[in-house]
Amino acid sequence: MITELKRRFPLLLRLAVHLGGILPLVFLVRDALTDNLTVNPYQKAEQRTGETALVLLLFSLACTPLNILFGFSRAVKHRRTLGLYAFFYASLHLFIFSVLDYGLDWEIIWDTVLENRYIFVGLAAFLCLLALAVTSFRWWMKRMGKNWTRLHRVVYLAGGLAILHLAWVIKGDVLGLAGNVGKPILYGTILAVLLVVRIPPIRRTIVQFRREIQHRTAGTIKPPIREYRELP
Amino acid sequence: MKKYTFISDIPSSEITPEAMYHSRRRFIKLAGLAGAAAVLSACGVRQEEATPATVPDVSSMETGLVDELGDPANSFEDITNYNNYYEFTMVKEGVASMVDKLVTSPWQVEVSGLVQKPTTFDVEDILKRFPAEERVYRLRCVEGWSMVIPWGGFPLSKLLAEVEPMGSAKYVKFTSASIPDQMPGVASPFFPWPYTEGLRIDEAMNDLAVLVTELYGKPLPKQDGAPIRLVVPWKYGFKSAKALVKIELVENQPDTFWNTSAPNEYGFYSNVNPDVSHPRWSQATERRIGEAKRRRTLMFNGYTDQVASLYTGMDLAQNY
Repeated sequence: MITELKRRFPLLLRLAVHLGGILPLVFLVRDALTDNLTVNPYQKAEQRTGETALVLLLFSLACTPLNILFGFSRAVKHRRTLGLYAFFYASLHLFIFSVLDYGLDWEIIWDTVLENRYIFVGLAAFLCLLALAVTSFRWWMKRMGKNWTRLHRVVYLAGGLAILHLAWVIKGDVLGLAGNVGKPILYGTILAVLLVVRIPPIRRTIVQFRREIQHRTAGTIKPPIREYRELP
Repeated sequence: MKKYTFISDIPSSEITPEAMYHSRRRFIKLAGLAGAAAVLSACGVRQEEATPATVPDVSSMETGLVDELGDPANSFEDITNYNNYYEFTMVKEGVASMVDKLVTSPWQVEVSGLVQKPTTFDVEDILKRFPAEERVYRLRCVEGWSMVIPWGGFPLSKLLAEVEPMGSAKYVKFTSASIPDQMPGVASPFFPWPYTEGLRIDEAMNDLAVLVTELYGKPLPKQDGAPIRLVVPWKYGFKSAKALVKIELVENQPDTFWNTSAPNEYGFYSNVNPDVSHPRWSQATERRIGEAKRRRTLMFNGYTDQVASLYTGMDLAQNY
């Protein structure tokens, strides 16, 4: 049974990734059709799609640290899928805001964008994700070479901007730890940890430490574990 | 059927399925309100003594209630299922199912401070002494949504007259209930509990500042601030404190809940003003709950004629 699970694990992981990407949409559509999005449905849908995009982006950003911390190299294969799902929900979020909520009334939208810095940073995060999504395919990866890696570091910026977007939209003061600040603090902390783990000296230390522990517990010297390298 | 959350302990088997609910609405329209009462009791909706009555839906379509601008009142269901009440939860649609535990009777309101006759009123006495008048007012939330709500209440000035404010009283401070074992939200360390609000004394004396005890002619539901709340319709909704336990007359401008939480974002006045943005959000438009398109927000929430004179000579961008 356990060996069977182990054999099937790659498939199960892939399935979990896709379920995580698709189920939030299924639930959103279900709640929209059954009138379960509160009496202010556009706002609720905006909040749900926005949070889903952020969580999926954090999952995407967690893949590499999972490999660094636990040697879970398989996670790295799912970075792009999770990132694309995050982009999908970010697009849906923008669509609901501009088309459904503001009815493509450009006069009102323009006023709103000018007066709301959270929309600026949200839009900036979206543009980052757009650039990454467009260039996420192998063809671009090959074509861009080293620049591709450089460009795709923008994902960290997108994560930071998305959290700032959330921190500025809630009622309260995140830095003052006052108000409705639980979520921005939670997601911000997660993002910070995920980023710190990647800092080269810290990453090297962690990888070395992990290998030592693995060797000691195994009692034998194993062949060196393939270390994850930046793609391509 | 999560949406229809009633206060009383109706077994889920007795909650009307949606299809039947809609046919009932059509039927109610035909039968009129008189018939509706009979239908509702036949459906098994019980009226409880301790908790406010919970008639599921008395929408404007049946009552024809409109505000003075001609906009229809939001339904009872809208008003009782979308509440900012952080003492319970920050989830607006989640408040209705959490308020059961709150004990609103007996309830006392202390009126004290710079007054000749400090008094602690039983809410029952208040209800008898100050009969509720119907007040259909717009409520504009600082979050950018609004409703038209048929409150029942009486001018705050009447209660203040009872206790005879001293000349030195310049402000009125309101304190809401904060009961940890009944209100789980007050455990949050990020807020300065209890909820407090304040008005300048002349604002408090304005006829639009009311103490509300009813909604749609029924006792005020708990999620809307039972048993007694403040309603100040020309200010953002958070100024209208719920479940009042204390009203104090004071000399200096009191600290308020949101002003303490984020001073540069929530001013003491917090008058509805489309031209003065919240530092992070535009206040130019709002979504009227139930409408497809956004509306332009009105100065003083449309009550300029009644309240603008309170602020002559004041820079409202400074005193936001």
